[in-house]
Amino acid sequence: MILLIQYTLIFAAVLILVALGGMFSERSGIINLGLEGIMVFGGMAGAMVMVLLPSDASKATIIILTLIAASAAGMISSLFIAVACINFKADQTLIGTALNMLATAAATVIVKAFNTARSDGTDFSAKLDYVKGHKAFLLHIGELEISWFIILAVVLLVCAIVFFYKTKFALRLRACGEHPQAADSVGINVYAMRYAGVLLSGFFGGLGGIIYIAAANSTWHFDYGVAGAGFLALAVMIFGQWKPERIALSAVLFAVFRSLSNVNGGIDFLAKLHIPGTIYNMFPYIVSLIVLALTSKNSRAPKAEGIPYDKGAR
Amino acid sequence: MEKKASFFRRSGVQTIIASIVCALLGIFVGFLILLAMNPSHAAEGMGAILRNFFKYDQSSTTLMYYFGSTLVKAVPLILCSEAILFAYKAGLFNIGVAGQYTVGLLASLYTAIALGWSWWLCVLAAIAAGALWGFISGFFKAMFNVNEVIAGIMMNWIGLYLTNIVLGSKKVMDQSTSKTYNILSKNPKALLPSFLSDVFGHNQYMTIALPITILVAIIILIVLNKTTFGYELKATGHNRDAATYAGMNATRNVILTLVISGAIAGFAASMFYLTGIEQYTLSSSVPGMGFNGIAVAFLGGLHPIGAIIAGLFIEYLTMGGQYLDTNYFNPQVADLMVAIIIYLCGFVLFFKHLMNKGKAKALTNVNDETNKPDSTTTEDKEV
Repeated sequence: MILLIQYTLIFAAVLILVALGGMFSERSGIINLGLEGIMVFGGMAGAMVMVLLPSDASKATIIILTLIAASAAGMISSLFIAVACINFKADQTLIGTALNMLATAAATVIVKAFNTARSDGTDFSAKLDYVKGHKAFLLHIGELEISWFIILAVVLLVCAIVFFYKTKFALRLRACGEHPQAADSVGINVYAMRYAGVLLSGFFGGLGGIIYIAAANSTWHFDYGVAGAGFLALAVMIFGQWKPERIALSAVLFAVFRSLSNVNGGIDFLAKLHIPGTIYNMFPYIVSLIVLALTSKNSRAPKAEGIPYDKGAR
Repeated sequence: MEKKASFFRRSGVQTIIASIVCALLGIFVGFLILLAMNPSHAAEGMGAILRNFFKYDQSSTTLMYYFGSTLVKAVPLILCSEAILFAYKAGLFNIGVAGQYTVGLLASLYTAIALGWSWWLCVLAAIAAGALWGFISGFFKAMFNVNEVIAGIMMNWIGLYLTNIVLGSKKVMDQSTSKTYNILSKNPKALLPSFLSDVFGHNQYMTIALPITILVAIIILIVLNKTTFGYELKATGHNRDAATYAGMNATRNVILTLVISGAIAGFAASMFYLTGIEQYTLSSSVPGMGFNGIAVAFLGGLHPIGAIIAGLFIEYLTMGGQYLDTNYFNPQVADLMVAIIIYLCGFVLFFKHLMNKGKAKALTNVNDETNKPDSTTTEDKEV
């Protein structure tokens, strides 16, 4: 049971952060299908920092540098989307898909080259080991082993809620996702706001990526990417109706199902059912499809999302 | 009348130029990456990718054999991109092609190995499976207004896990190698009939899949451009409300589009796996074929025939990765190049815009930049 709670907390932290990222981007008017790719870049940068840091580095140094690297890599990779979709009015779905493919291929190439260079040409794998880094993030509270990542996610969630509802900046950002022409007419720079939205999604997506790969694992194979976690976060975001507090709730719900697939053998009454773990893997997707079917009729997606802003258009 | 015709030709030519620019830029960036990885062998590496199977130019049989392999592997890619562009023409971004391909793979391999059906039944099963997966996405889209991209993504993962469960069973998968059984040894009548395999250096994987693929592309071209049905689909894609107002059944059209798209994707899987060239291994991520199909569709200018050319080109590049000297580079560099080309495809609209702007400006004031695209258009036209 404790294991179930641990996994749920980790997945919930990942989904909350990445879905919040998606939310900021979509609220500014840009559909971010590339969250998956951003997570890969964030995770890769964070993992590389953990590998590179000297063995006597203090826990705090490891934590701070890893987080900085992950969020910075996420933001840089989100620029791929920002430049193409905001400046060049490219098809947002296509660019997002391209970023996902680009991320997996680039991460494989970079990690392989990184390993080859570090091992003098004996290690060609796309795998990074960061046992020490993984341990630095652990925090024991009684029997429960949680990670600094979860605390980070909670703090960022609170910040995001306050930011989203209480600041002028976020109000302006939301205006750009609903009616950019109106926002422009009162002097808001739509392009800048959309850049801010996409960069925020890069920040959150990158952090989500490092949590996904480092909170429960101490090695990661980068040729697999992040196995659809970014897409799951998009479903969480829609289920959460583009509102931070609802996103948090739906993330927890999704996380429970997701962790059931990992730990179903450990829970007595579930183990007795003899359902293969793969079936639990399908659960979150089936549930989200059904939930989306029930909620999408009156869904409140940002009105102008997916439409490139053209100053001249009426 | 004449003016209109030349305008359309011009737009087509622009698409071709924009796609070629994307491809060249992608190759160039790929070269920069090779340079960054290993400066002294970069030119050699790029040469290996581009030279590809022409490396075997001493022996024409070997050369044709590897050429044949490239064709065989390009078939599913081309068909997947046909599936995507068909839906895209009707205003739907069918990202679920990846999952529809996966269940097509599931159906064709299960019927071939576990049930021992003959090839055409296996193909029909794959088509039905893909169509069913497309139907589910379309149903959610038309009835409940669920975004087809999100529904497609969900269906991709459900399809993948289902495939892993069914194909992982003892009947279909050799538990010692974790690969599905070879169709040739289990049920040779499930293999597609061969086609011109003698011409391609006795490549036993050369099957009727190749001519069928070209046929499918031509049928899609005709359906989209010459039939009322195709017109209705495109109209629904442009403006669903207007189509409904004009008396078209938009709900039916949305579902039907995704069913057909899914059927093509399922068909793609059967056209690849029933050649016996590859066995399925359990995978933790959705097969990339469907996603690569998106790339090919856009690179081919969303034209059914363009997709064939783009598909061959992308497969040629991907295969090129295997010719890289692994001492200096790893083969995924080719995948990276492909991904960059797709990313650049997003800029096609911008390139076209640039060319059109150039034309308008050229009327009033002539400058170098505007002249460039214009002169290339005329050149290409003559070709």
